[in-house]
Amino acid sequence: MPETPVIETDSEHPGCVRLSGDWIVDRIADLQARVDQLRGPVEALDARGIERIDAAGAWLLVRLAQRLEMDVSAIELEGEHRALVDTVARAEQHEQVGDTVREPGWRRFFGAIGKLITDGGSHFVKLSGFLGLSLAALVRIAPRPRQWPVTATIHHMQQTGLNALPLVALLSFLVGAVVAFLGATVLRDFGAELFVVDLITFAFLREFGVLLTAILLAGRTASAFTAQIGTMKSREEIDAIRTLGLDPVVLLVLPRLVALLIMLPVLAVAAMVAGMLGGLTVSVTSLGIPAELFLSRVEETITLRHYLVGLIKAPLFAMVIALVGCLEGFKVAGTAQSVGERTTSAVVQCISLVIIIDALAALFFMEIGW
Amino acid sequence: MSEIAISIAGLKNQFGLQVVHEHLDLEVARGEILGVVGGSGTGKSVLMRAILGLRPPQAGRIEVFGHRVDERAGSRDWLRRHSGVLFQDGALFSSLTVQENVEVPLKAHFPDLSHSLRRELALLKIRLVGLSDEAAPKLPAELSGGMRKRAGLARALALDPELLFLDEPTAGLDPIGAAAFDQLLATLSKALGLTVFLITHDLDTLYSICDRVAVIGEGRILTVGPLDEVETFDHPWVQDYFHGPRARAARKGTT
Repeated sequence: MPETPVIETDSEHPGCVRLSGDWIVDRIADLQARVDQLRGPVEALDARGIERIDAAGAWLLVRLAQRLEMDVSAIELEGEHRALVDTVARAEQHEQVGDTVREPGWRRFFGAIGKLITDGGSHFVKLSGFLGLSLAALVRIAPRPRQWPVTATIHHMQQTGLNALPLVALLSFLVGAVVAFLGATVLRDFGAELFVVDLITFAFLREFGVLLTAILLAGRTASAFTAQIGTMKSREEIDAIRTLGLDPVVLLVLPRLVALLIMLPVLAVAAMVAGMLGGLTVSVTSLGIPAELFLSRVEETITLRHYLVGLIKAPLFAMVIALVGCLEGFKVAGTAQSVGERTTSAVVQCISLVIIIDALAALFFMEIGW
Repeated sequence: MSEIAISIAGLKNQFGLQVVHEHLDLEVARGEILGVVGGSGTGKSVLMRAILGLRPPQAGRIEVFGHRVDERAGSRDWLRRHSGVLFQDGALFSSLTVQENVEVPLKAHFPDLSHSLRRELALLKIRLVGLSDEAAPKLPAELSGGMRKRAGLARALALDPELLFLDEPTAGLDPIGAAAFDQLLATLSKALGLTVFLITHDLDTLYSICDRVAVIGEGRILTVGPLDEVETFDHPWVQDYFHGPRARAARKGTT
């Protein structure tokens, strides 16, 4: 059991303070309070009664001596405790660095907004630069098929495309079913349930097929790209690639970019089919539209143009997802926390950019009357 | 209180079919610096992890200052409070500053400490390991390898432990940094009255600061004792280790 530390004034010599008991970290809060209470003229500190003392206790002793403007060597100590107290006293002699003054709240608030804006600006510049870097690398190795990272590209096509197919198809099917229900609820009042077919066809061919795919891949693939490249960066593998005379953009970015450029349109087509199947299922089972009627209505309304308006956005989305995912990976700075932050940032950016681009494209195609 | 800090008897560690330790006995005296050496894969780190209770052994008895370390709930609480560990690269929490890293054990074991007192105690440990106050608000990623080791040591010392475990403290440091770290360990262990269990490959460390050396091999402790006794031990690995070209250079440096 630790002995209770005692601080008492000698009854015979009023200027002499006796310290005893255990001066260890377990008792430190209690001890500090009592040391702070010690007042009055003190001429000598007798610490020979201290049984056990550790660095925390020694620190309090040194602090006490400093407050009483005594020299540490003037404290009377047991020989075995002397080395510790001296070591602590030496460490405490280092110059104290003053606390940095915190900026007032309103300044930090506006500072944060300013930083956000400049960061956004410089990020856009970086993303454009990264696009240029990737395109340049693509053009550089295009005439040299031996340098094409074929295996890596096919690996990523499987990872990002084939493995995502069930998820994309299932979710599109469900969204298609939901859209059919929603449309039917409104259109039934006008006795125009058949127009559900138009609604689903237009929605999925022009917007939903490719948009759903892109949002899913932004969550699934962009995060994976960032985490993969980020982990390599923090383990200095990227530097290793450079010192071996290889180009990390060719080795890491191009396979991912090309794989997505090929696979995102394929997935988008699958999503369109699945979404229309979802609509068809609901139409047949609960809206009373026979499958033949649904299909002939689709044939009447569909033109190639709608399909192209949807699909033309797919490569754009693929670029955004691959480039943002990879760039955020390269921005990782050493720590595990940084990998997490960059991954979050990649997903948020990809989803926002995809939706913004989609909205702009919708406006554009509406204006030109497609 | 007993004069034996760590006592290990009949320890057996096994991974699948591979037996790392069998019938391993070792005693570490209070207040000494024990250097543990051995070839790669002889289970030096496994031994440390077993003592720390991070890995339950298949058989054997481990006592630390008379407290048995085993599977029972609470049997390691005493050990956690009275020991500090420095892992190979410091194992500092990368999302916390040096100051916050050192405060973590204080927060865990003494939640009632006031914020300012905890801060002061952490700063004291940072100063004790020879780091300046400017290092305190930095993140581990902003420090050099040597400074990270020192910060790791400050965290290991946060609770004023009696026992200090070090896993290759000088690995990856330049010779000057390694020598300075050795010196720091020697000074601190003397001043704070530490018992040190030190795994190392560094012959300079062995010759300059270790009181005794234990050689681990063939699943047990081959020999343990003061350096001059261990050097003459008749075992091929021990002879190669202490009489190879690098050992001769290290010995020349100290004598």
